[in-house]
Amino acid sequence: MLLIHCPYCDDTLPELEFAYAGEAHIDRPADPSKLTDEEWRDFLFIRTNVKGVHAERWRHINGCGRFFNALRDTVSDRFLTTYKAGEARPDMQTLEAAE
Amino acid sequence: MTEYRVEGRGRVNRAKPVKFTFDDKTYEGFEGDTVASALLANGEHLMGRSFKYHRPRGVVTASSEEPNALIGTTRGGGKGRFEPNTRATMQEIYAGLKTESQNKWPSLKFDLGAINDRLYMLFSAGFYYKTFMWPRSFWDSVYEPFIRKAAGLGKAPTEVDPDHYASRYLHCDVLVVGSGPSGIAAALTAGRAGSKVVLVDENSEMGGTLLSEPSVSIDGQPAWEWLEGAMAELDRMPNVTRMTRTTAMGYYHQNMIGLVQKLTDHMADVPEGAPRERMWRVRAKEVVLAQGAIERPMVFDGNDTPGIMMAGAAQTFLNRFGVLVGKKPVVLTSHDSAWYSAFDMADAGAKVVAIVDTRETVSQALLDEANARGIKTYLSYTATGTKGRLRVSALRVNPVRNGKVGSAHLLFCDAVLVCGGWTPSLHLFSHTKGSLHWDEEAKVYLPGHKTEDVHIAGAGRGLWGIAAALEDGTKAGTDAVKSLGGNAGVATYEVADDRTGTGITQKELPTDRSAGKAKAFVDFQNDVTAKDIRLAVREGMKSIEHVKRYTTNGMATDQGKLSNMNGLTIASDALGKEAPQVGLTTFRPPYTPTTFGAFAGYHKGKHFEVTRKTPIDSWAEEHGAEFEPVALWRRAWYFPMAGEDMHKAVARECKATRESLGIFDASTLGKIEVSGPDATEFMNRMYTNPWTKLGVGRARYGLLLGEEGFIRDDGVIGRMRDDLFHVTTTTGGAARVLNMMEDYLQTEWPDLKVWLTSTTEEWATIALNGPNARKVLAPFVEGIDISDEAFPHMSVRECTVAGFPSRLFRISFTGELGFEINVPARHGKELWEKLWAEGQKYDICPYGTETMHVLRAEKGFIIVGQDTDGTVTPQDAGIGWAIGKKKPDFVGKRSLDRPDIVAPNRKQLVGLLTEDPKTVLTEGAQIVADPKQAKPMKMIGHVTSSYWSESLGRSIAMAVVEGGFDRMDDTLHIPTENGDAVPAKVTSTVFYDPAGDRLKVE
Ligand SMILES: [Zn+2]
Repeated sequence: MLLIHCPYCDDTLPELEFAYAGEAHIDRPADPSKLTDEEWRDFLFIRTNVKGVHAERWRHINGCGRFFNALRDTVSDRFLTTYKAGEARPDMQTLEAAE
Repeated sequence: MTEYRVEGRGRVNRAKPVKFTFDDKTYEGFEGDTVASALLANGEHLMGRSFKYHRPRGVVTASSEEPNALIGTTRGGGKGRFEPNTRATMQEIYAGLKTESQNKWPSLKFDLGAINDRLYMLFSAGFYYKTFMWPRSFWDSVYEPFIRKAAGLGKAPTEVDPDHYASRYLHCDVLVVGSGPSGIAAALTAGRAGSKVVLVDENSEMGGTLLSEPSVSIDGQPAWEWLEGAMAELDRMPNVTRMTRTTAMGYYHQNMIGLVQKLTDHMADVPEGAPRERMWRVRAKEVVLAQGAIERPMVFDGNDTPGIMMAGAAQTFLNRFGVLVGKKPVVLTSHDSAWYSAFDMADAGAKVVAIVDTRETVSQALLDEANARGIKTYLSYTATGTKGRLRVSALRVNPVRNGKVGSAHLLFCDAVLVCGGWTPSLHLFSHTKGSLHWDEEAKVYLPGHKTEDVHIAGAGRGLWGIAAALEDGTKAGTDAVKSLGGNAGVATYEVADDRTGTGITQKELPTDRSAGKAKAFVDFQNDVTAKDIRLAVREGMKSIEHVKRYTTNGMATDQGKLSNMNGLTIASDALGKEAPQVGLTTFRPPYTPTTFGAFAGYHKGKHFEVTRKTPIDSWAEEHGAEFEPVALWRRAWYFPMAGEDMHKAVARECKATRESLGIFDASTLGKIEVSGPDATEFMNRMYTNPWTKLGVGRARYGLLLGEEGFIRDDGVIGRMRDDLFHVTTTTGGAARVLNMMEDYLQTEWPDLKVWLTSTTEEWATIALNGPNARKVLAPFVEGIDISDEAFPHMSVRECTVAGFPSRLFRISFTGELGFEINVPARHGKELWEKLWAEGQKYDICPYGTETMHVLRAEKGFIIVGQDTDGTVTPQDAGIGWAIGKKKPDFVGKRSLDRPDIVAPNRKQLVGLLTEDPKTVLTEGAQIVADPKQAKPMKMIGHVTSSYWSESLGRSIAMAVVEGGFDRMDDTLHIPTENGDAVPAKVTSTVFYDPAGDRLKVE
């Protein structure tokens, strides 16, 4: 069982408290009616399915209830960092330099 | 004293004899014995039959990696307490324990299944893929019955396990796995430094190798005295916990380790209520793996004959249990360690016939010791066969000179003690995906790159000898403490008479006979031979992963603890590649077979899931309701009267409600309060319907789609204030809907000032339906006028009902005049009882979910998840009217124009009326246009809801059918399981009161 850091609670807690919520940084278009069928299809269904660092959404569903984002390595299943919803995806180099 | 028990040896309690049975015969052992050691003390080596060939098999190890001596056990109390495949080497004996051998018929000594042994060719590598391929017609008559008969190991229990299993969490600084010298040294080091330490071992007592090496001395004390002192010191430290009979079965992310502690399987009298096992979920800051090494068998013809076992096991049976596994043993080895086993056996009174070593040279010291004991030694020899079927009687050996196998002679014996080298036990390390690197000199895999905060100590790192283990364990303990930010003192240990040594490993032993005829086993549990592995390579398997699956080598319940390395060595030889190029299969949890009970823990029976009950549940129970599970709720299903079955009860409940008055507990409906200045805007964006013009005090049917345009949920939504909506959801959808709302609110529209609150359990909801609903309710209502004019259909008000604060809805899910009264949950039952009493004047009838389903189906109201399945749009369901067409956007709106959504011939929800009104269709049944077409028929839809309608005196059904709206009045057909097809006419889904007149009761 993974330990996950909730950026709102600022606490590292067991995976049981959290729910996965799909890939991060896919914004709902401001006006979907302007999108072509292909663009709308891509928004609905097309995901990156990365082997490596993946930006994804989690919800602290059995805790504070907030949605947040995480960078996780899909190969090692290791969380690299978590950050609040709305924040930009952290740059990996800055992240490594900070370590 | 039994024949093979040695006076003065072993740690079993001679003062406590214990009787148990094996295959209905009574045997005697001592407290502290395992089934294996006690049977060996009685001279019994034969403990089972092999899985595939039913060959007679004896015990080969003294530990948890045992592949052969798997037995059925019936523990205290019997019924439901049978367990197959218990390892005889781990099961401790106690008075009354019943055990039995497996895979034999009619008896262990004479097994008809052994015919398989003669059909060897049929079962060679890949037989699962080859033998049973052809002819096709043989599948049903020959192959499948044969496989079914042959498959399976032991017999499955047939009764429910009455025991219970506990589950706990544990947090510690340092978890030490394995209590041999390195584990003990690590625990002492970390414990003395003040760390919170947990030391675990799967055996019934701690000490590991020390239990089998009493002649070594540590710090001037005999090993066992030193061990006792070390245990006492650990027990004195309040920061150290020791757990025996506890297997670290899996190593998971971020240093979480699963421990299974066996609590009662060794007890004759189990304390009342004691759990059988306890699963510990340990989160350790640092882990020390001190799991030791596993002795490797040697691969030669007949190496599975009972009486042939690992030399280290024989040493353990002698020193720990006081049992000689034979009186005339031959030792066959390629490692120094087995020489010491021979010496211990000789010193305990055995006549050691010979030590046969495959190596050309060994140290002079060993040769001198052998000579001193009168033991013949054969260097550079190979073993090429055995005599004896149920028990080995001779080992056939040959000299090997310049790579040539010379002529054979027989060494007559009653046991063969084998050592083909040692494999570091790195199973748990493998669970962490730690990399292994190949040590070319020792021909073993050693721990490489680590992914967790773990330290590996002792024989697991390829070290040998007790001094080295103590030193390495101390270092691991020091490193662990250092990683924790502390400082540990470094103890040193003075070890005398240490039995250090070296050895080599090898492929199958060379032979002067045809290698193709040799039954030289690599995997005892799955009956895989060296020849099978070579055949797999010849047939094109190049990776060890393929060889494994093709031959099943290492795929038995022991996960190849004894066989993997020998299999790899032989495969790499056959491929002409180095072992690391051929690879290594991955070990996975659990380390040893683990009961389902340990994983399930408390989550079984009534505790498998929580049961949610409404405030009115107890009333329903008192009034004889039958219940059904809906999501996690237990809901009253119907209320049978004496002599009624469900059909009769539901018909009566429907009739009573339509004719006068029904009362229904709707408390499980999901309820979400949407409040805030932007509540209306939020509702407009989430739901398909328009909300801006819905007045305060009015309610509306709300429809929720997923972004892909399919129906997700529905429910009536009331506007309590400008900035407050009372949203209801389906019973099962409440949590999902709230999660979806939170998702959009938090991540897409964080600018909206809206608050979402789950209020499902705050309210008890009572539905009154029927022409007399208002009459019974009106006397209780204060604060508002509930007449038809003042409080029309789809109204909501706050008021008091029977003095309780209430949100009162006038809505109907039955087509009758209806009210839903929400009161604080704590008043639910009291209000119900008041309405019940008042309703007696109108023959009030309580009804359950089944009647609710029938009444709503008569009106064509859908149930999301029953009439829809996640691919149904509002148009498909015939409720396109619920879409706010003028709204610029809402969740799912764009998708309603997707090409596949607007494509013709989508499945649409229609009504079905069978030609024979008495026939009730089966829900889920498939629908075809022409029942005479050839099979497989084209299926154009399926029945979603189907009931007997008492009001209409006939059956009704709903179905999704391709192009259904264009098929009105067509006759379709529903094939049944007995081969005919039921004709039914396509209709509207509204079967009852299509004009809705019944809602307008004055
Ligand atoms: Zn949180």
